[in-house]
Amino acid sequence: MIKRFFTRLTLHIDGFLFFSLIILMAMGLIVLYSASGKSPDRIISQLINMGVALTVMWVIANIPPQHLLRLAVPAYTLGLLLLISVALFGDISHGARRWLNLGFTKIQPSELMKLAAPLMLAWYFNRYETNLRLKNYAIAAILLLIPVGFIARQPDLGTSLLITASGFYVIFLAGLSWRILLGIFAAIGASLPLVWSVMHDYQRQRVLTLLDPSQDPLGAGYHIIQSTIAIGSGGIFGKGWLKGTQAHLDFLPERTTDFIFAVFAEEFGLVGNILLVTLFIIIISRGLLIAANAPTLASRLLAGSITLTFFTYAFVNMGMVSGILPVVGVPLPLFSYGGTSMVTVLLGFGILMSIHTHRKLVRT
Amino acid sequence: MKHRTFLKNHKLELHSFRIRLAIGGAFAVILFLVLASRFFYVQVAQHNHYQTLAEANRISIVPIVPNRGLILDRNGVILAHNYSAYTLEITPSKVDGLEATIDELAKIIEITSKDRKRFKKLLDESHNFESQPIRTRLNEVEIARFAVNRYRFPGVEIKARLFRDYPLAELASHAIGYIGRINDKDLDKLEENEEIANYRGSDHIGKIGIEQSYEKQLHGITGFEQVETDSGGKAIRTLSRTPAVSGDNVYLAMDTRLQAVAEKAFGDFRGAMVAIDPHNGEVLAFVSQPGFDPNLFVDGIDSASWDALNNSPDRPLNNRALRGLYPPGSTFKPFMALAGLELGKRTPSSTISDPGYYMLPGSSHRYRDWKAGGHGSVDLRKSIVVSCDTYYYGLANDMGIDNIYNFIKKFGMGSKTGIDIEGEVSGLLASQEWKKRRFKQRWFPGETVITGIGQGYTLTTPLQLAFATSLLANSGELFPPRLVRAIQDSKSNLIKNTSSQPLEKYDFKPENLKLVREAMIDVNRPGGTAVAAWLNAPYLVAGKTGTAQVVGIKQTEKYVASRVQERHRDHALYIAYAPADDPKIALAVLVENGGHGGSTAAPIARKVMDFYLLGKLPNEPKISTEAAAVEEHADD
Repeated sequence: MIKRFFTRLTLHIDGFLFFSLIILMAMGLIVLYSASGKSPDRIISQLINMGVALTVMWVIANIPPQHLLRLAVPAYTLGLLLLISVALFGDISHGARRWLNLGFTKIQPSELMKLAAPLMLAWYFNRYETNLRLKNYAIAAILLLIPVGFIARQPDLGTSLLITASGFYVIFLAGLSWRILLGIFAAIGASLPLVWSVMHDYQRQRVLTLLDPSQDPLGAGYHIIQSTIAIGSGGIFGKGWLKGTQAHLDFLPERTTDFIFAVFAEEFGLVGNILLVTLFIIIISRGLLIAANAPTLASRLLAGSITLTFFTYAFVNMGMVSGILPVVGVPLPLFSYGGTSMVTVLLGFGILMSIHTHRKLVRT
Repeated sequence: MKHRTFLKNHKLELHSFRIRLAIGGAFAVILFLVLASRFFYVQVAQHNHYQTLAEANRISIVPIVPNRGLILDRNGVILAHNYSAYTLEITPSKVDGLEATIDELAKIIEITSKDRKRFKKLLDESHNFESQPIRTRLNEVEIARFAVNRYRFPGVEIKARLFRDYPLAELASHAIGYIGRINDKDLDKLEENEEIANYRGSDHIGKIGIEQSYEKQLHGITGFEQVETDSGGKAIRTLSRTPAVSGDNVYLAMDTRLQAVAEKAFGDFRGAMVAIDPHNGEVLAFVSQPGFDPNLFVDGIDSASWDALNNSPDRPLNNRALRGLYPPGSTFKPFMALAGLELGKRTPSSTISDPGYYMLPGSSHRYRDWKAGGHGSVDLRKSIVVSCDTYYYGLANDMGIDNIYNFIKKFGMGSKTGIDIEGEVSGLLASQEWKKRRFKQRWFPGETVITGIGQGYTLTTPLQLAFATSLLANSGELFPPRLVRAIQDSKSNLIKNTSSQPLEKYDFKPENLKLVREAMIDVNRPGGTAVAAWLNAPYLVAGKTGTAQVVGIKQTEKYVASRVQERHRDHALYIAYAPADDPKIALAVLVENGGHGGSTAAPIARKVMDFYLLGKLPNEPKISTEAAAVEEHADD
């Protein structure tokens, strides 16, 4: 009985995805070793993060998708309540109110919302599967924009945009008409001046800095300039592992977290970057394949959204570090140091694996 | 809504989903391609650019300040050297509340009000981001005490620095000079001379004296270290190193012991003395009294010390030997005598009858001799020995100002001697042309008359007098005076003598020179004006006394030293060289308000020459009592 239980458990791991993720994580660990200045503490701590996150993935992979969907409403509700609590009682750090101090630990409810929001939308579309009207899309959009609004107000522009993206993928994949999509994009374009007017000064500065990093070389532009120098000086083959001068001489800020990609690009060069992007494409392809073969609308939408969100994370991070996107504080998934992001990402892959490995059980 | 019909069809619905998924996937791939092209652009196309930026980021050039060369005397006695010491430094821009920080520091390390004042002065002169020493020469205990409290004092640090030290303090201070912090004026000058790069990292520069004029040799060549730095500018490791080349050591011609004897000989008098080796122009002693302690200037002088030096009525910062302007008085006479002989205006045997005054033809103005009643019959020899004014009034008038000017200027009066330190003044040898230029007035014969006894417009420095005397001593070979005798190359350690070729040789007639010399020897013998100073001298000295008026005296008045305020008393002058038959030393002494050359200036020369020629340290009581005993008839 016990043996059978374990066999079943292992069966719910998608081998292809698992090994791709492990390779990505191993690469991340190698870069982290360099970026942290060969700090064993960081490595051990990150290994623990990985262990926890992999365990979470494994556990989630073993929960059938229909059970996961049952968690949608409670998770979303809890997330929203926590976001309201943060807005009311949250701790302020670095000028932003993002954390909720529970006494024994601090939590960042926006992390929970990263998965709860697409899960909620998938659950919602699944519920009205047979008769989706424009009204349903509007309600979905409202369900999405409520938490996004709270997070944007914290302010956490990066996370709010990423949650918007993950929710948008659900709505898009659910079949929102192209005409309306075009209308929405047109409306967004038209409302940019309004967005500009409600942005915080530092957010505006980030956008301005993106347009011309040299404007403020020691201030907001410093990150981009230094990381671009790191990437550019890496050349085709890179300076070699542990030999990145930008990284090791402390010019790169946040080099173990958001800017770890610059360390990688400096030390492994264009070849390393192409390899990394290829690995991301492989993982994303696998995720999209899982989505394409998922048995229910909810699981399809969820798998598609998780996969495309994962892509978004990777793209936004690399884009910001290499200077084509504003600095919005997005970690490079499975590379950047930190437990929360690791757990969130692998939890998403757990859902993907669950969808994939349970597809025959669900098929009707 | 059209697609509502598709929803019922699972296959069509799945198809629609998969298309959208494919669009999503394509979107991802396209964006990744955008990213890849960005990587290509940055890592391949712009690689060199960013490579350079990365290098510039990590490599900073740190100057290595060379050790400043030593200054030594001719025997290797150190006059200026360096020592390493710890200083407590504050970078004002990194400190909030400078006063409060200093107050806190004062609780753990002694900071006197003098230190504070000096620090404030340094701050006024420097930029806010430069660290400035508030305390130098910290001891071990102080260093330890600060180290423990370091965390409380951001912007305060302990640095090891090389300091200049002048172990003999005031001795020869006017010759050696001092170094001080580089100021804006120094920077401008360095920039102009394109030497600014060599001063990266240097805090100090020679301000006056040898330290200034031999700055180029003493400073050395700044080295560089390529250091890998982090973003905070903290050095991580050294990539390459070009060592600094220490400054060359500079050997002075000066003999420190002789200098000490000379300075001591002045006692409490102010004045100057320059002693020159007539064979090569080497300056054996260079005195300007009072001196100052150059060590005061090294760390930046505090305002109290500065005020004390600057406002002292004795003007210790004034280099009297180099810049002090005095009428040469009667020391002018030997040169006039030689001129008279050389130009054929006088023969050795021609005499005048001195009634005690001189009158220009057709004028009733009496040019008085210093001796009322006159010296009687005076020939050229006697005119020097007794310092007869009347003789020279007449000689000057006979020669005319143009001849005087043209002949005397050969001896360097009225122009810079070209000594190897800066700041020399040229003095003044009046000429018709000069007067026209200066006063837009023609020259009057009466002015020629008084020029003959070294009064009137004529002004010389003690250095010029010594130079002129050495020229007389070496029979007309012109060696510009030099304080520095040799330079030791810091790389090869080879000591190279600086050139001692004469610039010019004047062909004075030997018999004329001989006559003037013999007269000058008699000055120091019984009947001469300097006899008191040279009793029992075992060598022959040729000399001449002089007096320079500080205040004018009316025609009808007699100058009585005791009635005149001390500061208004005449300056005493004396020039001499010895041994007279083979001159090894030539000198000029000036004693401010010293009265008569024979009584105050000549005894100083005696002590200097005794030491230089005999190695004899002056025997104070003996000389002073003997000098007093004969002072009565030794006048000028």
